[in-house]
This record gives sequence, C-alpha cells and structure tokens, in this order.
Amino acid sequence: MADESLFEFLHMEIVSHIFNEQQSGKGEMDNKDRAACISLLEAMGFRVGQGLIERLTRDTPSFKDELDIMKFICKDFWTKVFRRQVDNLRTNHQGTYVLQDNKFALLTQFSAGKQYLDQAPKYLAFSCGVVRGALSNLGLESVVTAEVSVMPSCKFQVVIQKL
Amino acid sequence: MSRQSNRTTDSKKMNSELFTLTYGALVTQLCKDYENDEEVNKQLDKMGYNIGVRLIEDFLARSTIGRCQDFRETADIIAKVAFKMYMGITPSVTNWSPGGDEFSLILENNPLADFVELPDNHSSLIYSNLLCGVLRGALEMVQMAVDVKFAQDSLRGDNVTEIRMKFIKRIEENLPAGEE
Repeated sequence: MADESLFEFLHMEIVSHIFNEQQSGKGEMDNKDRAACISLLEAMGFRVGQGLIERLTRDTPSFKDELDIMKFICKDFWTKVFRRQVDNLRTNHQGTYVLQDNKFALLTQFSAGKQYLDQAPKYLAFSCGVVRGALSNLGLESVVTAEVSVMPSCKFQVVIQKL
Repeated sequence: MSRQSNRTTDSKKMNSELFTLTYGALVTQLCKDYENDEEVNKQLDKMGYNIGVRLIEDFLARSTIGRCQDFRETADIIAKVAFKMYMGITPSVTNWSPGGDEFSLILENNPLADFVELPDNHSSLIYSNLLCGVLRGALEMVQMAVDVKFAQDSLRGDNVTEIRMKFIKRIEENLPAGEE
C-alpha cells in the first residue's frame, strides 16, 4: 500500500515538469501551449487508467450495460483511485454523464473556495485521462472534461462517443 | 452514496497501483522528452529532490520523530518508519562502512518497478532514481548532506535492489538569534 501524500507530491511534480518543459525555449505560454500540456497530461492519465481498470476488474462479473459501467466507475473505481465514492451521478440517458465529487482528492490541499481557481485545469487533466482510459478499456470511447466552480468540489463530464 | 463520504480513518492509504502506474507514465514521458538515459536519470533525481523537501514535513508531522543522534539511527528510521509509511515496505540496512558513515538499503521488491521491464535500448536508465532524490532532499531539510545512489538494481539484472547512502556532512544551521 502506498501513501496518498506521495502520490500527491508526484502528481504535482509531473504537472510542473510538463509545464516547465513546454515553457523552456519560449518565454510566454499562449493558450495553444497550455492546451498541449493539458493533452499531454491527459494522455499520461489515459495510460494509467487503462492499466488500473485491468487490475480492478479482474474479479468483477461482466457489465450489463453502459449505466452499469458508469456505476462501477462511480463506486468501486473512484473508491480505489480517489478514496471516496462519487457524490452524485447524473445522466441524460443519451450518453452524457456528470459525476460530481464534492471533495476531490487532488484539490483538497489547494483551497476551500475560489482562490487558485484558474490553476485548477492543469491539476485535473491527469484525472480526466485516468477516467477516460478506464472507460476505454471497458469498451466505451469517451470525452472526459472537468469543471470546478468552488474548490474542492469538481464535476466530471463524460460524453460517450457513439460509433 | 453519501454513506461513506465522512469516513476519514485510514484514508491516507491508497491503491499503490495508481502510484506505480503513474510513476511509469512519468518515466515513459521523460524518455520521450530527453535523448539519453543520463538526462532522464538526472531529471528523475531532481523531481525526487523537490518531492523530498516537502515530504519531510509530512513525515515529521505524522511520525512525531525527533532529531536523530547519529547516522545509524537515521538509517533505521528511513528503513523502518519512512519506507514503511510511504511505500509499504521495510528495506534491510546492511553493509555499514567501518566509519559508520555509509550504508546500504536492500529492497527485496521495489514497488515503483512492479510491472516494469526495461527495454534493451535503455540499459543505463536508473528507473527508480526518483527515490534517490527524495532521500537526498528530505535529509537535506534535516541538516544532513547525503550522497544517495543505486548500487544495484534488479531491473538491470542484479539480484537485489540496493541503494547506497553516504553521509557527507552536517549542514550548519543559520537560525535567527533567539530561536531554538
């Protein structure tokens, strides 16, 4: 069993490394550079999510349908990865899901309000990737985005791509 | 669903696979970012150092351990308390130098390298080099300059993973007058 603070520190270092790497060479970062960093972090998370779900679903019976998978993500997966269940799951029954976590693990140390809100996206990209990677290995291609209005609460929006 | 949301006991322990896989993703990324393994090793050490200087505060606050009397005590605390707390393993402390300023940590299994196999073209990559940085950074914050490096690595064909630690010097404290 590893300790969560170790993971949190590692995650912070990864985020700052990716951003420094992009920034060195040029002076200012524009929105395009920032988007590139975010998608890099997302891609790293994706691979981690893929690996995690393989390990976590080893002994699980197969899923009935999409909603069943989402419930698994909200309960078991979230508990294993972020140490609590998703507080609220909503769906429009057309492939869009909103997962709300009122005390998201990676944001609790930042603030309990609106301070540093502009910094939040870079600390959520990795987690979005983790969720997307997990869904991908369960056969659901999706787009996962995160939205924060007040820390440490966070809403993840999952849009399943119909092929 | 909110049934468990207030549960806080033992919440510090987490799924170590998340940590292991995340670390793997980082190393993969660094291998893409840099041309040679040396550069990756250096970067891992630097990131580890940044983690170490922060982790020590977390460690001291949670373990309520005071100042070490000598390097032997330091070694014991690193192996039995710190490694146990953060990685869930207890390395053995061996190979003391006659002067008592150098020892080895032997890791039976390295949690960072759980699902890892090094490809042939990365023979000089020190996969877990982050650990060296963490140890160096953490000890520097408690006034000890220490040289840390991997002497053996099971990923590179050795039988065990061995971290060699060498005490260099005590860093002088520059406390403002009147403060203990």
